[in-house]
Amino acid sequence: MNEAIIDTLKLEYTNIKSVNEKVLLFKDSGKRRRTIEQLFFMMFKVAAMINGLALIVIVSYLVINGYQSISFEFLIEAPKESMTKGGIFPCILGTLYLSCGAIIFALPIGIASAIYINEYAVQSRFLNFIRLGINTLAGVPSIVFGLFGLAFFCIVLKMGVSIIAGSLTLGIMSLPVIISATEEALKSVPDTYREASLGLGATKWQTIYKVVLPTALPGILTGTILALSRAAGETAPIMFTGAVFFTQTLPTSIFDEVMALPYHIYVLATAGINIELTRPLQYGSALVLLIMVLGMNLVAIIYRSKLRRK
Amino acid sequence: MIFNRKTTEKTVHSMFFLITTVSLTVLSLIMLFLFTESIPLFETVSIKDFLFGEFWYPTDEPAEFGILSLIIGSLYVTIISSVIAIPLGLMTAIYLAEIASERMAEIVKPIVEMLASLPSIVIGFFGMVVISPLLQETFDVPIGLNLFNASLMLAFMIIPTICSLSEDAIHSVPVALKEASLALGATHLETIIKVVIPASISGICTAVILGMSRAIGETMVVLMIAGGAAMIPTSIFDPVRPMPASIAAEMAETPFGGEHYHALFATGLVLFIFTLMFNMVAAYISNKYRQVGEASL
Repeated sequence: MNEAIIDTLKLEYTNIKSVNEKVLLFKDSGKRRRTIEQLFFMMFKVAAMINGLALIVIVSYLVINGYQSISFEFLIEAPKESMTKGGIFPCILGTLYLSCGAIIFALPIGIASAIYINEYAVQSRFLNFIRLGINTLAGVPSIVFGLFGLAFFCIVLKMGVSIIAGSLTLGIMSLPVIISATEEALKSVPDTYREASLGLGATKWQTIYKVVLPTALPGILTGTILALSRAAGETAPIMFTGAVFFTQTLPTSIFDEVMALPYHIYVLATAGINIELTRPLQYGSALVLLIMVLGMNLVAIIYRSKLRRK
Repeated sequence: MIFNRKTTEKTVHSMFFLITTVSLTVLSLIMLFLFTESIPLFETVSIKDFLFGEFWYPTDEPAEFGILSLIIGSLYVTIISSVIAIPLGLMTAIYLAEIASERMAEIVKPIVEMLASLPSIVIGFFGMVVISPLLQETFDVPIGLNLFNASLMLAFMIIPTICSLSEDAIHSVPVALKEASLALGATHLETIIKVVIPASISGICTAVILGMSRAIGETMVVLMIAGGAAMIPTSIFDPVRPMPASIAAEMAETPFGGEHYHALFATGLVLFIFTLMFNMVAAYISNKYRQVGEASL
């Protein structure tokens, strides 16, 4: 009897021992696995840092080289002596005209289309096809929009190279972006809001106008600011539709051609009379454009993160 | 009163319908114009000669319109920039979604978004004045404006696209899957590689394809720093002339309605078809392999 117990205990003991050894072994492999994990995580972190570094390097390089060129005169004067001296005022003004024109055209149409697609239209396969089409157009290269603008606005509609043709081209480029952003914002409005309003006897339009739109407004605004900043920074669509190297005077009507900041940088950096001599001007113009575009983005980003916290 | 409300309702409804039709019409006009402006070229040049002709001498007499070297230039630029951007973008996405603390993610995310918003002309300018001399010195190459420079700059333009879309995909992996893997004794890294990434692979593929579609269509960067030589590159430091660069550089000097004009529209059409294909594939993948709940894995 006793011996039997002792035998069992012995067996238990060896079992426990072997399990213990296995646990130790496991712990060892665990250590190795942890080390590999740490290494990989470090690598992921480095990848993220590289992105940050790229942004910091590009921005600080332009700031360091460009800040000396920026003065009050630089911002309010026209280029002088065949664009080798002077300021960039006409370019800033042109960029503002073009990008604001684009938004004036694209915003109402974009929001109205999004409202129709999201609130009125019967959800169907056809509608999904249209959504797919809009998404696809958001990915069409900007140069293709430029080609279209040239053929349609400048030539067929006889607008020539002008503010209106450039704005419309940029506007059509922004249209898919604005439609998608607005639709996202409308979708995020809970259905209970709509039902509550309809239940109180409001019509569909009253519901949209007084309940849905105000709730979705912040999202729409952020999308609009981002579209505006993209329109301001684009070069390819306005190269042959709105912007020219140089104008003698400031534009007086929407059918005049303008100078634009991105195109100005391109011309000075690649085709100017003396590329090296105008470097300070190029740095200055690039910095001004960067401040305009990043400034708008920063506003949108901060605004959105505030909204998310609410 | 009730009559009035109903009329308003109907007017508003039909107005919205009208505007939507207008915007859809305008958007479809883009395709129409690309076609109608390209077709005249094919009366004199066959489609085969256009797509597979090696020589692009649009201003010579007689002119030659073969865009093979432009297509290959575009493809090279796209592939090399993806090779740089995919690992970087994906690793950043994993870092943001899985590893970074909330505070860290709040700093890194806006940085990625700001990187996305840098105007292409600024990135092109940077490549021209900084990277180009740097390449000439370090690699001792004759031209700093080349395939590699353009690809490198493009990579940083598409990293944000790849990163933020992949991050969304990784975020949408159900927590239960991760917990199951961790509970079985897998480390966090093993969980990421063997569970999270396979579960979000369709979203990641979509992100990569959309990034590539952005790279192939980007104009200013390749116009300024790809070098602009219409030839098939033999080395990574050869200059190339991708399709968008060719269109942007030549369109301004081309008389309206000429053969060259139509050839540039046809190049735009080819470019459009490329991005359309990329987008269709991306939409197909994200639709077909969309994860519905946890059971579909």
